[in-house]
Amino acid sequence: MKKVISFKLNGEDVEAEVEPHWSLLHLLRETFELTGAKEGCGKGECGACTVIVDGKAINSCLFPVMEVEGCEVTTIEGLATLNGNLHPIQESFVANGAVQCGFCTPGMIMSAKALLDENKNPSEDDIRTAIAGNLCRCTGYVQIIEAIKKASERREP
Amino acid sequence: MKKFDYLKPTSLDEVFSLMEKFGSNAKLIAGGTDVMVLLKRKRIFPDVLISLRSVPNMAYIKDEKDKIRIGSMTTHRELETSTVIKEKLTALYDAVINLGSVQIRNVATIGGNIANAAPSADTACPLLVLDASCLLISSKGEREVELKDFFIAPGETVMKQDEILKEFIIPKPSKLSGSAYWKLSRRKAMDLPILGVAISLAMNEDKSIKKARIGLGVAAPTPIRAFKAEEFLTGKFLTDEVLAEAGNIASKEASPRDSIRGEAWYRREMIRVLTKRVATISFKRANIV
Repeated sequence: MKKVISFKLNGEDVEAEVEPHWSLLHLLRETFELTGAKEGCGKGECGACTVIVDGKAINSCLFPVMEVEGCEVTTIEGLATLNGNLHPIQESFVANGAVQCGFCTPGMIMSAKALLDENKNPSEDDIRTAIAGNLCRCTGYVQIIEAIKKASERREP
Repeated sequence: MKKFDYLKPTSLDEVFSLMEKFGSNAKLIAGGTDVMVLLKRKRIFPDVLISLRSVPNMAYIKDEKDKIRIGSMTTHRELETSTVIKEKLTALYDAVINLGSVQIRNVATIGGNIANAAPSADTACPLLVLDASCLLISSKGEREVELKDFFIAPGETVMKQDEILKEFIIPKPSKLSGSAYWKLSRRKAMDLPILGVAISLAMNEDKSIKKARIGLGVAAPTPIRAFKAEEFLTGKFLTDEVLAEAGNIASKEASPRDSIRGEAWYRREMIRVLTKRVATISFKRANIV
């Protein structure tokens, strides 16, 4: 029962043959081999699968693949430039020691990106709300919040 | 997970004809944050999912003269960021800001939250105390059902097989009124309530209560109103004694059960505590000087 969908993935127009029961996460990892987004809980609680669809952070493990048709999807792989320059949020995560085991990091950064794209000058409360759906079991939240704050300060003109 | 087909009708007529064609083999999907989890847990086995996301004009917040209409496909994030909801339907605002995470709220819809009919549905209590009605629509026509008559049992509503939930109709709260919702949970984000209490109060100029509404979640097999406690409050002034008695009555009206999140005795106890607390917040929000 394969179907073909087309959408924009990290800035590029793509087409993919999918099974209608797949999640977006399955498509990203198994077809496009973009393994930055992780399956943690598989039910929308841990945020390790967070990607951005049409400007909004979503849990890709719960996002029906058929709804991706015509959408613009950004994953962690789409942030760095082609010649390997990191995105300011990624740089800030590195500089502020916000990465420990790294499993939650792609999701954290995508939640942070969706926030900063919408709100250039977020309060600490805004940051905490934005990543409330991203679990870090290394318990490094303080550094993560700091990194997002620093990234927002840097991006201001 | 069982394989299924995924259909994306682009009009209500098309939705109805697909529902008729597939009957009980089909399941409607809105944001999917409940349906996808049920599928993964192998709790439901539809052959076909019928998505409502491509149907136009299903997501809106209309601020009319004496009513506020909310389309069933409106996401929790859209409600959270709406000034109409924040200013006029404060109990609903309290509920949507603490539901799931931003990722969930970006896709989960208010219609899905209600149609799913979980006893813990966060938006149910606020909608109950705001006197919301549900507009149900089928190929044969439409009907309005008050939310207090909507839930039958966990996961069961008065909706017929051929009906879909189109919108919520909420009378605009009067001037001297306020509402609030308190979600009792172990952590702030990403948790289901142990108990939910929503209250709306419409006040008289002399600070007596003109109309009271109390909604309780996870306090019975469905979200319920505490009618006797509401009646008790009507005409009274909000003293400590009155609030304590209202809490006692509401607690007796509930029929909570022991569950993994909390025991029945604790829920009964907390209904007393929260009735008082939430009524006080609602009263403050009524802004009577």
